Amino acid sequence: MFRRLHDAAGERVPFTVDGRAAEALAGDTVAAALLANGITVCRNTPVSGAPRSPYCMMGVCFDCLVTIDDVGNRQGCQVRVAPGMRIETQDGKREIDR
Amino acid sequence: MSAEQRSDYDVAVVGGGLVGSATAWGLARLGQKVAILDEGDVAVRPSRGNFALVWVQGKGLGMPEYGAWTRRSSDSWGELASLLRDQTGIDVCFERPGGFMPALSEAELEDRANQLKRLHNQQAMLRYDYEIMDRAAVAKEMPFIGPDVAGASYCPLDGHCNSLKLFRAFHTGLNRFGAAYLPNRRVESIEHRDGGFRLTTVGGGEVRAGRIVLAAGHDSARLAPMVGLSAPVRPERGHVIVTEKTAPFLKFPVGYIRQTDEGGVMIGDSFEDAGFDTTVRPGVTSTIAERAVRVFPLLGKLNVVRTWAALRVLSPDGFPIYEQSVTMPGAFVATCHSGVTLAANHALALAPHIAAGKLPEEFDVFSARRFDVPKAA
Ligand SMILES: Cc1cc2nc3c(=O)[nH]c(=O)nc-3n(C[C@H](O)[C@H](O)[C@H](O)COP(=O)(O)OP(=O)(O)OC[C@H]3O[C@@H](n4cnc5c(N)ncnc54)[C@H](O)[C@@H]3O)c2cc1C
Ligand code: FES
Repeated sequence: MFRRLHDAAGERVPFTVDGRAAEALAGDTVAAALLANGITVCRNTPVSGAPRSPYCMMGVCFDCLVTIDDVGNRQGCQVRVAPGMRIETQDGKREIDR
Repeated sequence: MSAEQRSDYDVAVVGGGLVGSATAWGLARLGQKVAILDEGDVAVRPSRGNFALVWVQGKGLGMPEYGAWTRRSSDSWGELASLLRDQTGIDVCFERPGGFMPALSEAELEDRANQLKRLHNQQAMLRYDYEIMDRAAVAKEMPFIGPDVAGASYCPLDGHCNSLKLFRAFHTGLNRFGAAYLPNRRVESIEHRDGGFRLTTVGGGEVRAGRIVLAAGHDSARLAPMVGLSAPVRPERGHVIVTEKTAPFLKFPVGYIRQTDEGGVMIGDSFEDAGFDTTVRPGVTSTIAERAVRVFPLLGKLNVVRTWAALRVLSPDGFPIYEQSVTMPGAFVATCHSGVTLAANHALALAPHIAAGKLPEEFDVFSARRFDVPKAA
């Protein structure tokens, strides 16, 4: 659904999504990196289970919540991808100790 | 023509908070023609800001009848929840797994034990089961308690619900029963005429009713004297914090910490004398958050999504006021500071008496006349 701009450049950053290897460009936010990798649904809501994708990309809507390095409910659009980062999509509520 | 026939309604309930809604629902259920006069969306209304406990333990020291009244409501809460579900399809998520009240030091645990002993040693106290548990016993139920927890008191009668859904269920149910909910109709004055009541509302409208119930929360203090009653209530502020939704980990309500049916963790609550100011104070929220994290350290990982402050409706001794006017016997007042806990009583025990037109003697103890005792010099 999303494609990078032609002139997008930068160092490649390896990370994992739900255990699978993926690649971002340096400077990508987690939300942007997921979209660039074709992952559009990053979570299901805790009450109705509706699928959600990053929406505002600027920290307002909280639709981009994911688990990053074992911490649940982080806003993917507000965190830059770092090498080796472990990103997990969320199904419903976060766990209290994760 | 009798006064009742000339009235628009059998009963007008002033105030559509939890106390008024529960009582009105109970009246409408018995076939009474009921109107609820309420303020608008913006009002001082603890019914929307409370902690949703259906709580028994510790209540009634100084008035054992209040302990019995509370226990009775706890015992009929399940029935209320199923009546509401059958009528409206709304599950108010009532559960009664028993509740813990944690103690953060040996001294606090000992104080609690003594307090509960004094409570149950009162003459006329309807005794109920409770347990003082040491740290190991509490850890068996909740292994994730913090190192500061010395123990807890536990009472199997304690529970909780979703009080916003409760509020919604009452209003949906009132509508189904054909009761008239009249918002934006703050009652300015009440007159007793021709054996009935005329309520003048903001903007000059008028509603007539054969009987009235004052359940206007804080404003009952102003309205009660108009019909020969008194309700000397004052506001007491309480702060509440709620976290993001989390997978279920906490089965029990733990005094000032509970996990809601939808997963958020509510953290309460403070007791402040701050007039009608509902501003959130960061100092207060950080104090109650710190206490909660001492009880359950893993709460520290959760994000807070909202904080608010609401105003309890407190009588001088903290116990409810239920009274029927002597000079204008069709007028009743009902106010309490545990409108969630007592909702089952208001709907199923109080309303039938009001429908019948008479509060029986067992309610005398709740009369506001108890505050008329002259102060010792
Ligand atoms: C922080 C906090 C935590 C709490 N936790 C619990 C708990 O865990 N368990 C529990 O049982 N209870 C709890 N409570 C108490 C509970 O919320 C109250 O007992 C209950 O909401 C009181 O309901 P009420 O209907 O008397 O008052 P209100 O909610 O104040 O309702 C009064 C209604 O009357 C209307 N009104 C006022 N004046 C007029 C007028 N002149 N004409 C027409 N309408 C009028 C108002 O708009 C309002 O709708 C808590 C309260 C607070 C503040
Ligand atoms: S996409 Fe809206 S907050 Fe992240």
